Amino acid sequence: MSDYIFYPGCSMESSAKAYYHSVMSVCKTLDIKLNEINDWNCCGATEYLSLDRMPAYSLIARNLALAEKQSNGSKTVIAPCSACYLNLAKADHYMHEDKAFGEQINAALAAGGLHYTPGELAVRHLLDVVFNDIGLEVIRSKVVKPLAGLRVAPYIGCMLPRPDYDKRYSNTEHPHELDDLLKALGAEVIDFPLKTACCGGHMTQIGPDTAFELIRRLIAAAAEYKADVLVALCPMCQMNLDAFQGQMNGYFKTNYKMPILFFTQLMGIAFGHKPEELGFGSEFVSARQAMSRIGVQTPEPAEIAPAAKKPAGLPMPPPLKKQEEPVGKTEEA
Amino acid sequence: MDENKPKERIGVYVCHCGTNIAGVVDVGEVSTWAGENLKKNGVVIARDYKFMCSSLGQELIQKDIKEQGLTRVVVAACSPHLHEATFRNACKGAGLNPYLCELVSIREQVSWVHTDKIAATEKAKAIISGGVARVEHNEPLEPLRVPIHPATLVVGGGIAGIQAALEIADAGSPVYLVEREPTIGGHMAQFDKTFPTLDCSACILTPKMVQVGNHPNITLLTYSDVEKVEGYVGNFEATIRKHARSINTKDCTGCGICWEKCPKKVVDDVFEAGVGYRKAVYTPFPQAVPKYPVIDRVNCTYFQKGTCKACEKFCPTHAIDFAQEDEILNVKIGNIILATGWQLFDARRIPNYGYGRLANVFTSMEFERLSNAAGPTGGAIVLRDGKTTPKSVAIVHCVGSRDKNYNNYCSAICCMQSLKFAHLVHEKTGATVYNFYIDIRTPAKDYDEFYQRLIEEGTLFVRGKVAEITDAAFNPGEEGKLVVQVEDTLIGKQRRIPVDMVVLSAGIEPRFDSKETAKIFGISCSASGWYLEKHPKLDPVATMTDGVYLAGCVQGPKDIPASVAQGAAAAARILGKIQQKEISLEPIRATINEEQCSGCRICNSLCPFNAILFHEDKMVSEVNPALCQGCGTCIAACPAGAISGTGFSNQQILSQIDGLLFLNISKKEVVA
Repeated sequence: MSDYIFYPGCSMESSAKAYYHSVMSVCKTLDIKLNEINDWNCCGATEYLSLDRMPAYSLIARNLALAEKQSNGSKTVIAPCSACYLNLAKADHYMHEDKAFGEQINAALAAGGLHYTPGELAVRHLLDVVFNDIGLEVIRSKVVKPLAGLRVAPYIGCMLPRPDYDKRYSNTEHPHELDDLLKALGAEVIDFPLKTACCGGHMTQIGPDTAFELIRRLIAAAAEYKADVLVALCPMCQMNLDAFQGQMNGYFKTNYKMPILFFTQLMGIAFGHKPEELGFGSEFVSARQAMSRIGVQTPEPAEIAPAAKKPAGLPMPPPLKKQEEPVGKTEEA
Repeated sequence: MDENKPKERIGVYVCHCGTNIAGVVDVGEVSTWAGENLKKNGVVIARDYKFMCSSLGQELIQKDIKEQGLTRVVVAACSPHLHEATFRNACKGAGLNPYLCELVSIREQVSWVHTDKIAATEKAKAIISGGVARVEHNEPLEPLRVPIHPATLVVGGGIAGIQAALEIADAGSPVYLVEREPTIGGHMAQFDKTFPTLDCSACILTPKMVQVGNHPNITLLTYSDVEKVEGYVGNFEATIRKHARSINTKDCTGCGICWEKCPKKVVDDVFEAGVGYRKAVYTPFPQAVPKYPVIDRVNCTYFQKGTCKACEKFCPTHAIDFAQEDEILNVKIGNIILATGWQLFDARRIPNYGYGRLANVFTSMEFERLSNAAGPTGGAIVLRDGKTTPKSVAIVHCVGSRDKNYNNYCSAICCMQSLKFAHLVHEKTGATVYNFYIDIRTPAKDYDEFYQRLIEEGTLFVRGKVAEITDAAFNPGEEGKLVVQVEDTLIGKQRRIPVDMVVLSAGIEPRFDSKETAKIFGISCSASGWYLEKHPKLDPVATMTDGVYLAGCVQGPKDIPASVAQGAAAAARILGKIQQKEISLEPIRATINEEQCSGCRICNSLCPFNAILFHEDKMVSEVNPALCQGCGTCIAACPAGAISGTGFSNQQILSQIDGLLFLNISKKEVVA
């Protein structure tokens, strides 16, 4: 049993529940014990890091400080989300590199009675831990249901291998760790040319046209290679490609139906876990047909309820102050 | 006390080296200080001079030796590397034994490495003080003269090695030419055309190969490796392994029936760069020298499975010999030329360029074979399917070169090679050709004219480092193509250019085993792995190991003319040596005091030159002065302190340290 400190990140509790359940399930099989950081907070995602470094990194470093306090001998923090991973790693790196900055952050943390020693913890993504600590040998030994016949597009995204402070990945542009892992599960892995391309990030919120094009490229390339599913390892990537696939199709008048799964969901299937335990059925683009190719019955996602129509009753008075509609809401315009 | 009265009359000469030394060290003060403060150590005169190495500077020393009766000389100037010989000869000219002159470095060790003038001046004083203390114990020595063996070992049968071997052999001296592959010719034999004249590479190379094969003074050892080299300049002995060809060369006529009949086809990743096939018994190409084939035992069906022997059945002269064994040869030689060449950068190391993943991405070496009329496609430039002619071709420069992720250096040949490729594609296919470059470097005779010609031919030049080559289509027109993603730095825009074929002008690298080879010959490599020349400007041919010379790309990336010139230059240097018939060796040697030697034999195995022998009868070790190189390993290792080195005796070293420490430098702040 190996112990790790676990930073789940916000999405794991909401949009990426499938990821959370499959991570827990797979880690049990692999004897990975995850000790969740008590009272962790949001990593800040990608929103305001460039606006003011100090509060942004203080917010992130709070998690590191809590983790250090709680570490109990374990010095590795696992973040399953690429954005969380990168933010935590950047906070540690900048505090270490720029001593004055590190002291500023610690001065801020001191207000809450906390302190973080830069370099004390290793921040790692789950893929890296599975690949390097557990190893493919062990993975292979746990496979009871090889994924033979399932064509998978391995998608890593842009944040995981860049800048790769500790040189954990084989290459920044074209790393092969996820490919190797999926092959160990018995899947047929395509040489995905866009494996480290951007999923659009938060451009879905602030510039959907840009995001749609980035999403289209990924889905189209996977379809071009005749992939059955595309595998992601970040909640944001998964959400952009899955939840926005319908809008993207509408925008480009295409009809792609590429299921987007988390790598841990496929690991779980190969390890013989029940699809329900792995969060299948919570995806927007159904994986049911793709998974049935290898004889796995996954639940059909629930029908998305159509956007509620404007109430037919009497008109309501408008709000006192005019609020802007949030751009790019998921319901159909 | 009488004992403290100096025995020797020492002269100290401090060089300004223009401003090289004088700019940082107060040479006037140093020389005045030495004259006054080192009097008790025997210094009778101390001078400073603008350039001690000039004739006038040397005459100054000679005059003092004669007029002042100097018995020892200390020159404080540059590194002994540069001018030790100059000043020793000057002393010799004035009748003083050259080994009584000591050169101490206040340039490389002081002025070039310090900026604090006061501290540097103090350090210069300390170093001179050490030199003065040491020189008192120097002994007059006579150089050893040994005969020089007239034969030369040339390692590597590419164009540089071929040129060197022919120059020496034509001058009448014997040469052993050792080549690892079954034939000589090297990379040049693989090329199609040579830039900038576009003459056929094989047509200009093969006559030289034939000359080597027929030359009475050249012993050609192909399919062979040098395993060990012992000895010293003038008297080396090399152990060479001739791998079993499994062909009896006395009977073989080179008729080719064996490889016609051989049923086993293998990908030829050496000569055909992986785009062609050969048989398990083969000669790499028709003009191979020697003409005899070899059986590749790893791939031969008989050697792997025990049956077949098709070649043996059909050989008209019964020349196949499956039982042949490796042969070990010991040859005596006087000098060595290393011309072991280069290897292509492995483009798979840049996965975003797609080589090895995307079928129609080729390396420069693969392209050479495609374009070569004797190559796998008979000279047709086609895609990996073997038949489709590309309509558009991208040539990417600087693949693995000028890139801090791979190799920092410029591979020197890729620009011209890429231009040549562009021309050949135009000529043979009429395709649109893009050259993606960072800078175009065409700085030799007729090279830039070739570049101008290519521009006129209509090659499209895009200035920018290619980010990615991908088969992911984003835009209409990109489907089914390879897309080159690049920032065009001349228009300041990202571009995506779809093409049918990509040629990666991969850089050139030291051979994979260059470090081990360097060890065999006792020479050193630069950080990039290229072999180090004695001086980068003034002696790019010799190495720091006497008698070992360099030719061709083994010393650094270069094109054919430069390799040929270096091969010839190395040959000329060796011929000069051979002509002298004997060679004088530095008399810096270790000697063992028999009475102190306990016979433990620790030194025997440590000696890198195998110069120490053991007398079983007396139970003591002895150093062979002709083999000893004076490296000092045994001296440091001897537990009994029984070994001392002439020129580096314990007394000399300890006195020098005393001298260095004698100066009370703590009074002034010294920043190292």
